[in-house]
Amino acid sequence: MSAALLEVEDLSVRFATDDGDVHAVDRLSFSLAEREVLGVVGESGCGKSVSFMSLLRLLPETAVVSGRARFGDLDLLAASTARLRRIRGREIAFVFQEPMTSLNPAFTVGNQIGEVLRRHLGLSRRDAQARAVELLDLVRIPAPARRVKEYPHQLSGGMRQRVMIAMALACDPKILIADEPTTALDVTIQAGILDLMRDIRERLGTAIVLITHNLGVVADIADRVIVMYAGRKAEEAPVHDLYARPQHPYTIGLLGAVPRPGASRRLQEIPGRVPSLAQLPEACAFAPRCPRADDLSRSQVPELREVLPGHRVACFHPGPTPP
Amino acid sequence: MSFVEVSPVVTPRARRRKILRRRFLRRPLAVAGLAVALAFVVAAIFAPWVAPYSSSATDFDHVLSHSSGKHLLGTDELGRDVLSRIVWGARASIEAGVLSTLLAMAFAVPIGLVAGFFRGWADTVIARLTDVLLAFPFLITAVGLSAIFGPSLTNATLALGIAAAPALIRIARGEALALREEDYVRAAVANGAGDLRIIARHVLPNMTSTLIVQATVLIPTAIIGEAVLSFLGLGVQPPTPSWGVMLSDAQSYLTQAPRLAVYPGLAIFLCSLSFNLLGDGLRDILDPRTTR
Repeated sequence: MSAALLEVEDLSVRFATDDGDVHAVDRLSFSLAEREVLGVVGESGCGKSVSFMSLLRLLPETAVVSGRARFGDLDLLAASTARLRRIRGREIAFVFQEPMTSLNPAFTVGNQIGEVLRRHLGLSRRDAQARAVELLDLVRIPAPARRVKEYPHQLSGGMRQRVMIAMALACDPKILIADEPTTALDVTIQAGILDLMRDIRERLGTAIVLITHNLGVVADIADRVIVMYAGRKAEEAPVHDLYARPQHPYTIGLLGAVPRPGASRRLQEIPGRVPSLAQLPEACAFAPRCPRADDLSRSQVPELREVLPGHRVACFHPGPTPP
Repeated sequence: MSFVEVSPVVTPRARRRKILRRRFLRRPLAVAGLAVALAFVVAAIFAPWVAPYSSSATDFDHVLSHSSGKHLLGTDELGRDVLSRIVWGARASIEAGVLSTLLAMAFAVPIGLVAGFFRGWADTVIARLTDVLLAFPFLITAVGLSAIFGPSLTNATLALGIAAAPALIRIARGEALALREEDYVRAAVANGAGDLRIIARHVLPNMTSTLIVQATVLIPTAIIGEAVLSFLGLGVQPPTPSWGVMLSDAQSYLTQAPRLAVYPGLAIFLCSLSFNLLGDGLRDILDPRTTR
């Protein structure tokens, strides 16, 4: 693996609420290599979005973030807000889930893409407009010269998400963080967007973090996958390895819940519910729902162990087959 | 995917304008409001050319006369032409109405916007203060303030502007509170925009339609307010004509020439009604839920 572009160590995020602290992310460490596509998978509320938003300080002020996040020679978590502002959108760009509402209705899309260019790269209005047309072309919007002058309400959801991606790519960022970029879209449009992301990685060499709850999406495009559960990393592996030899019972459960055409067996759900993040147990968070749980799981937090090259799992009883 | 081809000369902005114009024209009351309001504004601006006589020219041969070819709306107790005085009076009304609204906007919008956008203790203080000020009726505040400032049109305008501000602060704050939570604001932050840029590009432009509607509602209120203040002797001072002053003067001749009170009263009524109808129409067409 080449030198890590982003290296996160012991990232923890707490939210101070009236009912006490909520631990959204607990000591998460990971790295992202150049040109890598990293999939981050987990249920709603497992901390996958929060951990990446915390890196750019996009969370509300009630969030308490600790840990280190080395990006180049800078610790993102210790950087000044002014410094971060020059990184946001310039070096690390975000694409959010809601394409329908993420564009300002008062301006044309060209104007909005151009704004990012003018701010970060100091382009003139005319150059920014010309570059916006190129970007719309890059994200495969037909008739970009005309679309660039249109308002968001004139575009469909898929096109708006393409505009959002164009805006994120405007300054040629090193990392593109896409938070559920396809969740709000039709399946056919979804495939188009994923195809586009793959193309972007090939052509621009942008490292991509794909946050999703859809294992199918990850299998399609990611190089490496992190599975998160209740704010902790449960398993991390190269994508083929994860699908061929899942180790963590949670991962196995997730894969069992993916529908496969032709299979006659019933979809397996994971029993129980996601634990409340208010009181993270000093134990394996998955233990209450886990068929393999024993006294050890219920009394200690499992540390990550490398079971295969590049394949780490936080479980006392890892293994590919359910007992 | 297929696209409906649009002729390239029609830019989206022009098309949107066309849609808005069509929606507006489909509302006869709004069109009438616009026409009458415009007529008053034109009369006010071009008073020296529109009015048949000077507002202070006396014609002692025709004192308290009825309508005639020479004096369309008759004359008052000093033989001054009533129509001319109404035209000249429109100046005071429009000036007070428009300027006080602009004044209120000029300081209420920034205050409300900053309070709603940045929140914090300053917001709490501003919000509670406006609540306190809103407990006083608009006209009471305006009368009280102009009593302090002293009688003149400028002071009356100032008083009306200040009295109108709390309601506007609340509206601007409410809008800012809602807009700061928009996804596009979040996206702008993630793209590296600072607070000032977010306010200038994402918050303010998206509250302008609300503010425009609010302004058209505020103008008639201020016009009535000006009439009230002038009637009470706190606004325009005689002999300068104002509808409020005319009403006040008419009191002494109410039994002999009630028309002296009717005409300026009608002017106030028509002028504020027209701005209100215009405001209603604007609110309807600028509301994104309107489809017609």
